[in-house]
Amino acid sequence: MPFLAHYGTQLINLCAAVLLLLAFTMLTQRRILSLIHLYTAQGLVLFASTVLVALVTGQAELYKSAALTLALKVLALPWLLHFLIRRLNVKWDVETLINIPTTMLIGIVLVILAFNLAAPISRLAGTVTRATLGIAMASILLSFLMMITRSKAVPQVIGFLSMENGLFFAATAAVYGMPFVFEFGIAFDVLVAVLIMGVFFFQIRERFDSLDTRHLERLKEH
Amino acid sequence: MNASLSGLAAQFTELALAVLLAPLLTGWVNQCRAWLQNKSGPGLLQPYRLLGKLFQKEIVLATNASPLFRAAPYLIFGCLALAAAIVPTLGTDLPLNAAADAIALVGLLALARLFISLAGMDVGTAFGTLGARREMLVGFLAEPALLMVLFTASLISQSTSLATIVETLAHRDFVIYPSLAFAGVAFTMVSLAENARIPVDNPATHLELTMIHEAMILEYSGRHLAMVEWAASLKLFVYSCMGLALFFPWGVAGGGDWLGIVLALPALLAKLAVGGAALALIEIVSAKMRIFRAPEFLGTAFLLAVLALLVHVLLEG
Repeated sequence: MPFLAHYGTQLINLCAAVLLLLAFTMLTQRRILSLIHLYTAQGLVLFASTVLVALVTGQAELYKSAALTLALKVLALPWLLHFLIRRLNVKWDVETLINIPTTMLIGIVLVILAFNLAAPISRLAGTVTRATLGIAMASILLSFLMMITRSKAVPQVIGFLSMENGLFFAATAAVYGMPFVFEFGIAFDVLVAVLIMGVFFFQIRERFDSLDTRHLERLKEH
Repeated sequence: MNASLSGLAAQFTELALAVLLAPLLTGWVNQCRAWLQNKSGPGLLQPYRLLGKLFQKEIVLATNASPLFRAAPYLIFGCLALAAAIVPTLGTDLPLNAAADAIALVGLLALARLFISLAGMDVGTAFGTLGARREMLVGFLAEPALLMVLFTASLISQSTSLATIVETLAHRDFVIYPSLAFAGVAFTMVSLAENARIPVDNPATHLELTMIHEAMILEYSGRHLAMVEWAASLKLFVYSCMGLALFFPWGVAGGGDWLGIVLALPALLAKLAVGGAALALIEIVSAKMRIFRAPEFLGTAFLLAVLALLVHVLLEG
């Protein structure tokens, strides 16, 4: 297909940029509900980019990964998260440990760091998606930053999930995805992790009357 | 000589079009907003009727108003009309473009802001001063973000001249620039703030706690107010055309192509209609922010624009 040959790589780059944009927007969001919507959007973009890579490179394995992404990251996990916040009744503003403008400045520094780190690796890679490796690393670091700067449990879990999105994207960017068995395993790990963390949410709330993980830092009860 | 004559003609057509169409765009945005709120709306021509009414009314001046207060409306209007002349809307063969690039455009917008703020403080009422301070707060945060957006487009086309940017984006091979996605989001945020639109300011309010733009022009009346209102419409028009030139430049004619310029007019009108409806939609779905959230909003815009530059270096460099 001449259209794909010409615009395929450019479209993948666009998907990568949108992924980074979403990771950055997550960092600035205060409300849990918008965080879940952003996570769903990230899953959709990831699905689109995986399908594009599959179309451009003709790797049939990647269609399976794309289907897995759609089922798990766009449908199952957001539904699970919606269910959790409805049951926990947490739609309030997220508290951040560092204020949001400072977090964004740190985010920019992380993006520059990631782009510089990825540059030599990208030069070695021979894939059509090599330029997006820096973006994948940047979204991993940004999600990591989000996990660190939030004090409530639910945003931390969303940060963890979006970090997994970044890793998945990095795998596609660097080596056209991992073997399907690994991906399947990781996907189920993530699903189980969210289920277990859901149980944890209820336990934390029952114990401390709040979902603030700072309570867990104290070893003794006062 | 012939080429420069056609350029001059295109330049004046463009300027006249901007000045005459600007109130229509404001009317269209208000009408869309009314439709989305299930109201019937005042009609597309309401801004023209308002301007006509204000031009007929007499001017009431405060006793301590200085000459600056009387001159400011004309200065603001002049700055924005000049800015409208720089932005290529129909064709790219504009004589003024050689004299003023994107940075000069930002400078002109800043000059207009300076005069309206000075005029707001001139009479010495509490509201005018309050509005002027808030306007400067919004302005000094929005300006670097706008410059970064323009620099991203300049990096792509290797020139700060808006005409060259439009030429590069519209008339070369179609290329997807991911950096423009970031720049587009940042530009939308900046233009919402600069045009006193809803997440930052409400153009329809006279509630003292929230207003920014309206607070500065409370003391104006008669034809002065008409000029200020017209300038505000022109500012919205300039920002819309700038957005279209940077992100949707298709349809703008290349240099000296008369047929292209004639065809560019319906394209421009269609793009402005869609853009105005989108603006109304953004205003409907978002809530007015507290004034102290505005720095965070514009800080996000600035950082997104910086990201656009970084993404350009990574993906397109």
